[in-house]
Amino acid sequence: MPLTIRSLSKSFPGAKALDCVDFDLRAGEVHALLGENGAGKSTLIKCLTGAYRRDSGEIMLNGEAISPSSTSEAQALGIGTVYQEVNLLPNLTVAQNLTFGREPRRFGFIDGTAQRAEARRMLSGYGLDIDVGRDLGAYSVAIQQIVAIARAVELSGKVLILDEPTASLDADETRMLFDVVRSLREKGLGIVFVSHFLDQVFELTDRLTVLRNGRKIVTEETARLDRVRLIEHMLGRELSMTEDAARRKTDPNVATRPEVVRFENFGRSGVVEPFDLTVHRGEVIGLAGLLGSGRTETAELMFGVRTAASGEARDETGRIAHANPREAIASGFGFAPEDRKTDGIIAELSIRENIILAMQARRGWAKPIPRAEQDRLAADYIEKLDIRTSGPEKPIGQLSGGNQQKVVLARWLAMNPRFLILDEPTRGIDVGAHAEILNLIRQLTDEGMSLLVISSELDELIAVSNRIVVVRDRRHVAELTGDDIATGPIVRAIAAEAAAQAEKVA
Amino acid sequence: MFRSLSRIAPQLITLGAIVLLVTAFFPDFILIGYERERLVGPIIDVLKRGAPVALLAIGMTLVIATRGIDLSVGTVMAISGAIGAWAISSGLGLAPTLALAIGAGLLCGLWNGCLVAVIGIQPIVATLILMTSGRGIAQLITEGRILTFSDPSFAFFGSGTLFGMPFPAVLWVLLALVVTLLMRRTALGILVEAIGVNRSASALAGVNARVLLIAVYMAAGLCAAFAGIVATADIRGADANNTGLWLELDAILAVVIGGNSLLGGRFSIAASVIGAMIIQTIDTGILLAGFPSEYNLVIKAGLVLIILVVQSPNLAQSWRFVKDESRRRRERSYEARKELRS
Amino acid sequence: MIKSLMITAAICLGATTLASAQTVGFSQIGSESGWRAAETTITRQQAEERGIDLKFSDAQQKQENQIAALRSFVAQGVDAILLAPVVATGWDSVLQEAKEAEIPVVLLDRKVDSDESLYLTAVGSDLVHEGEVAGQWLVDNAGEGECRIVELQGTTGSSPAIDRAQGFRNAIEGKDNLEIVRSQTGDFTRTGGKEVMESFLQAENGGKDICALYAHNDDMAIGAIQAIKEAGLKPGEDIKIVSIDAVPDIFQAMAAGEANATVELTPNMAGPAFDALEAYRNDGTEPKKFIQTESKLYTQNDDPQEQYEARKDLGY
Repeated sequence: MPLTIRSLSKSFPGAKALDCVDFDLRAGEVHALLGENGAGKSTLIKCLTGAYRRDSGEIMLNGEAISPSSTSEAQALGIGTVYQEVNLLPNLTVAQNLTFGREPRRFGFIDGTAQRAEARRMLSGYGLDIDVGRDLGAYSVAIQQIVAIARAVELSGKVLILDEPTASLDADETRMLFDVVRSLREKGLGIVFVSHFLDQVFELTDRLTVLRNGRKIVTEETARLDRVRLIEHMLGRELSMTEDAARRKTDPNVATRPEVVRFENFGRSGVVEPFDLTVHRGEVIGLAGLLGSGRTETAELMFGVRTAASGEARDETGRIAHANPREAIASGFGFAPEDRKTDGIIAELSIRENIILAMQARRGWAKPIPRAEQDRLAADYIEKLDIRTSGPEKPIGQLSGGNQQKVVLARWLAMNPRFLILDEPTRGIDVGAHAEILNLIRQLTDEGMSLLVISSELDELIAVSNRIVVVRDRRHVAELTGDDIATGPIVRAIAAEAAAQAEKVA
Repeated sequence: MFRSLSRIAPQLITLGAIVLLVTAFFPDFILIGYERERLVGPIIDVLKRGAPVALLAIGMTLVIATRGIDLSVGTVMAISGAIGAWAISSGLGLAPTLALAIGAGLLCGLWNGCLVAVIGIQPIVATLILMTSGRGIAQLITEGRILTFSDPSFAFFGSGTLFGMPFPAVLWVLLALVVTLLMRRTALGILVEAIGVNRSASALAGVNARVLLIAVYMAAGLCAAFAGIVATADIRGADANNTGLWLELDAILAVVIGGNSLLGGRFSIAASVIGAMIIQTIDTGILLAGFPSEYNLVIKAGLVLIILVVQSPNLAQSWRFVKDESRRRRERSYEARKELRS
Repeated sequence: MIKSLMITAAICLGATTLASAQTVGFSQIGSESGWRAAETTITRQQAEERGIDLKFSDAQQKQENQIAALRSFVAQGVDAILLAPVVATGWDSVLQEAKEAEIPVVLLDRKVDSDESLYLTAVGSDLVHEGEVAGQWLVDNAGEGECRIVELQGTTGSSPAIDRAQGFRNAIEGKDNLEIVRSQTGDFTRTGGKEVMESFLQAENGGKDICALYAHNDDMAIGAIQAIKEAGLKPGEDIKIVSIDAVPDIFQAMAAGEANATVELTPNMAGPAFDALEAYRNDGTEPKKFIQTESKLYTQNDDPQEQYEARKDLGY
């Protein structure tokens, strides 16, 4: 067992990124590491390669406890990493890259001939026939990947971590890379393979480990899992628990309520294929799908962050303008984005200022909201949403994730939108705030607001949605209502295509 | 009110300290006289001489608040001054002359703003283009020489007096007041701060970041035009080679001494113009103290270094620590004495 | 204007009889100052007067442009080359090439570090001498009483600033009634001159203690004149003003009685250069290795208005 990890934990201010994670890597296996964004994959890898110091737990390499404090130390110990963005120097030759830092010398000078010979030796066995004297940048990403792998294997030789190596490769290049990985497995290396492509996981890996919310969910032989089970693990629902806890009591007549907005043939190729969607008053539409399936893109098109190439949005009065966020806001839309830190909060500004920002932008700069009104709004929402703060003038950046999210919600609630889009509203926030935000969603719809909720947490979607739209491969593939709003149908809808593809390949 | 006063307190204290320091070397520094219906004295000179940098600092503060920077303002001064001198010496009259000079500044700002906000070039690069090429434009207007004029109405902007105060000093104080009120009595201030801290989040909240950015660079151009008019009117001639040369750096320094972060966000125009006065007090102080000119830059650099170090957040933290510590010690000794007495 | 054209025409008539058409290449530094522009204008005028075909090249402050220009002059087989070098070093090889092609090179205004045999002669002004002429004027005109002098220096460390300061001190040495009380740099600019003069006035009892101002160039003097006027004093009377360069605007100030004297740094370097070339070509007369131009003193008695008119179109 070359690599064993026991009870590894790592916290960041306000979030527990890894919580007592165990992980084993055998010699001569390819082990997939899977999970949605924020599950803890990259934190785990960074702890392994020394980029982060772990808080607790132990890492054993060939039975010896190690604690690398830098990437180069990890490399010297035997753990090599190749990232999606090749971390070599494209303006040096292949040979220079391969021997960088340990160039063969003669009389104190770099011996070019020996250097190239050494490079050719390192590349032998990878099935590459390239001129090692040329610049690395002259070759395709796939070849650069393999050169990076060759260097990592030469330097470390025990454990190889491949972080999304196939993200920018085409099918042939992927096959070439897989051949290399398989030959390394036969040589007895332990290989950790991180990817979002489930097909590739099933094709290449021997075992897999699923992380979710910083915890290890399962480690299993790949062959003994099917796609549906795997997706359940990743999304956090198990079919055995089909009884959906806080299933929303849906109004069966929701479809007869007045329409708020209707998207017709709405989309943009390469982003989201055109779709139709009708939103009714007081309705919550859940948007389910795997990472990169087109969930966030759907929201961005609706809110005018990206422009739609086809279709339009209409309400009873006609076409709705939403070519950019300002127009969308003027049309009564709101959008709380997925990445709160980069797209949501204005960290240095106070809670009060963050709450009134959208409203102020809507009124225009020349009509400032009177200070008394601002204070009233801030106090109102701090109380209503139970925002934990020492006062409305505290910079929002100093709040916890959940409270930041509540402020962003308050910003939109103050606008009283007819259609509010929440992208991952509960990501990275603690359990208490989590429940409060779900309650708030229910309360808002009772007041007649319509919402589109995007979430990787199926529980959450099932709990709040009247309807669930499933997105897969940038296409809206299913719309589930009534009793179909349950884990089983959702997971099957998400997995369907992957299964179909697998059959095609086989 | 109290809040804004505490914001500029460090700058006021620094200014006071510098004034004291200069007075130690040149005791007449703080004397103000009244002759020929105008105030005279070194401090009045500081208020007047510091006008170009103070004017530039007003616009620069706004640009820096949006996480940008405008390196071209010194050059824009030269362009506006050249156009002003050309217009007045070709007999266009005061109003058209001012309109042309100010219009040129606004146009330069529009150019910078479009490069930054529409095309998306980094501010330092975008404004560098005008910084280097603009002086050539100014030289074309003056045909490479000092374009001298004698119109007294235009010269008033450089050496006239209003209510006994030099007009340039009145101008920067007024402009600083107007811009501060415009920023704080409308929502412009918070919108500018919002796009400075997080442009993408602001845009998603419906803030028209693009238009605001362009407006901010135009404001910087407007301030530079005023500074150029003052500098040109002051010497009754447009010197395309030297007007505003390196003043963009003094303006940035003024903003930084004013405690504004180069990373954008919260800003204080009052603190920036006080920063400009600190710089000018140092400059004038060095001239008055009568050191050989070889020492000018060394003394200035030394003082600026001390100011920035003293104002640095890290040091502020350790000061707070020292203060807390000494308070704790006082309390402890007080407790100890109380115990002894009882 | 018309007058100067007539003079030009007259000289042209005389010159064409003297020499067959010559071609001279002129590599100018650029046009960074009014003086430089005037030098270019006058060089063109002088060439025209002598019937010389002048090939002009503007180096835009870059030595590589100048070297390229010189090579192209050599390739074209010009009869002589005028060079106003942007820097002092790095000229050896290209001067050697010109020498091998037997093309005499005359340096204008600035010197180079190359061996003297590589060029025919250098025409220029003696900066120390300029300072001495200015100082001598003050010695002659300050009277016997105590005279406190303030000095506006050029850019700190530049050779004109150092030499003009030195020359002035040479001239007033031994005159116990003359004393330089304040000396500061005004960076050769009007704004600098005005700002520094303001501080001098503040520091010297509102200017009442200042008897004379010596400025290293006219532009600083022009700035200082404004500062003196704004302080309520009469420049030229309350404070005597002497400066160097003789740019047109100082003559206007002199005409208005606001400045007293200026020492000319003549932009006519080409005249003496052409004279030397002429003599060398006719009978092989080797000129001296440095031809010093005249540092002429102009005062209010020299009809400053006329001097202004004569200079204002030279490109200053």
